[in-house]
Amino acid sequence: MINVPRTSVACQQSAALARAWAAAGGVFDPEVPVLTIADLGVLREVRIADGAVEAVITPTYLGCPAMAVIALDIETALAKAGFARCKVTTVLSPPWTTDFMSEAGRVKLKRFGIAPPAGKASRRALFGEERVECPRCGSSHTTRVSEFGSTACKALYRCDVCSEPFDYFKCI
Amino acid sequence: MLGSSSALFGYLLRLGDNALMLGHRLSEWCGHAPVLEEDLALANMGLDLIGQARSFLSYAGEVEGRGRDEDALAYLREAAGYRNILLVELPRGDFAFTMVRQLLYAGLTQRLFEALATSRDSTLAGIAAKGARELAYHVRHAAEWTIRLGDGTEESHRRTQLALDELWPYTGEMLEIDEVERTLIEQHIAVDPAHVRPGWEQALSEVIRQATLQLPNQNWMQSGGRIGRHTEHLGHILSELQYLQRTYPGAKW
Repeated sequence: MINVPRTSVACQQSAALARAWAAAGGVFDPEVPVLTIADLGVLREVRIADGAVEAVITPTYLGCPAMAVIALDIETALAKAGFARCKVTTVLSPPWTTDFMSEAGRVKLKRFGIAPPAGKASRRALFGEERVECPRCGSSHTTRVSEFGSTACKALYRCDVCSEPFDYFKCI
Repeated sequence: MLGSSSALFGYLLRLGDNALMLGHRLSEWCGHAPVLEEDLALANMGLDLIGQARSFLSYAGEVEGRGRDEDALAYLREAAGYRNILLVELPRGDFAFTMVRQLLYAGLTQRLFEALATSRDSTLAGIAAKGARELAYHVRHAAEWTIRLGDGTEESHRRTQLALDELWPYTGEMLEIDEVERTLIEQHIAVDPAHVRPGWEQALSEVIRQATLQLPNQNWMQSGGRIGRHTEHLGHILSELQYLQRTYPGAKW
């Protein structure tokens, strides 16, 4: 631990940055409301320059209709945290993949009843045999019902053991 | 930004308009697909394409520098101003027609986008890299259905072969390039479809073989969409797509 005087400008700035990260990163994905945009890896960067906060986000899918809502929620969260001036920018590179999702995010997803992405989003994982575990009973005897589910990022599965249908957050 | 902005603008319009029109055609299936899972799948794929169209058209507007945004480009051009290939504007037809078209379009475009992901234009590369991952799912979905339908009943085989015969002459336009694009290709901004053609043809032939279908034995190809010469179907799409913005200019909700 480095002992920095609490009053130093650098310290204040880093405290402000940490607050901005916490506020922006705490915004929930409107379509998967157990995950924050920090869990998802959608929030790429938070910067402060001249007292204005810039939050940088990246879409999970180009057509993701949640992006506009997420941007608005970030602005609201930052305003509530006391940042009067803020803007949200979008970047596409590097493209978002399910590998960006945090370990905590995967655990939360499973607890919510959505199977987290299995393996890495390499081409092999995209098109190899996927072993998707049922988020309810844990069995890996599951059947894909449809590659396209309730939102762009999910596929529909059914468990062959407990017979429950469930969503799978697919690798991309 | 590299290269001439008008050349890049034209290239982006072609990419964006293809995605916009095919996305619209897929959206027409909403509530009409044969089963619920397909209704969701087609709507999802349509949404992916409209997302890609938004990205390409937003960037096109930026490159053009005349203050037109994605909405102005999507909703306020005349039919002759659209640069999409004819393949994507044809009416949706039956389910076999929609699946075969998706196989033909996504199969080539996915490979093209993968190659474009290393474009020297970083914005274009970013959109293409993202789009390629999305289209990989479309290709797999369309291939599975083409095989199931082609190698299915006598009736499904007949319809799928008919769709392939009707659509094949529209595939040539996906491989065309003009002088302007040639310049962009030399600058490593655009990609020559000839580079991805062999891989696409090989993958396509394999699906066609498994589906017990025949690739039409003819080389004459339709052309015109890329220079704004369209079928009558485009006007009908636009009358629906543009109705709101034409009737209530600037309407927002």
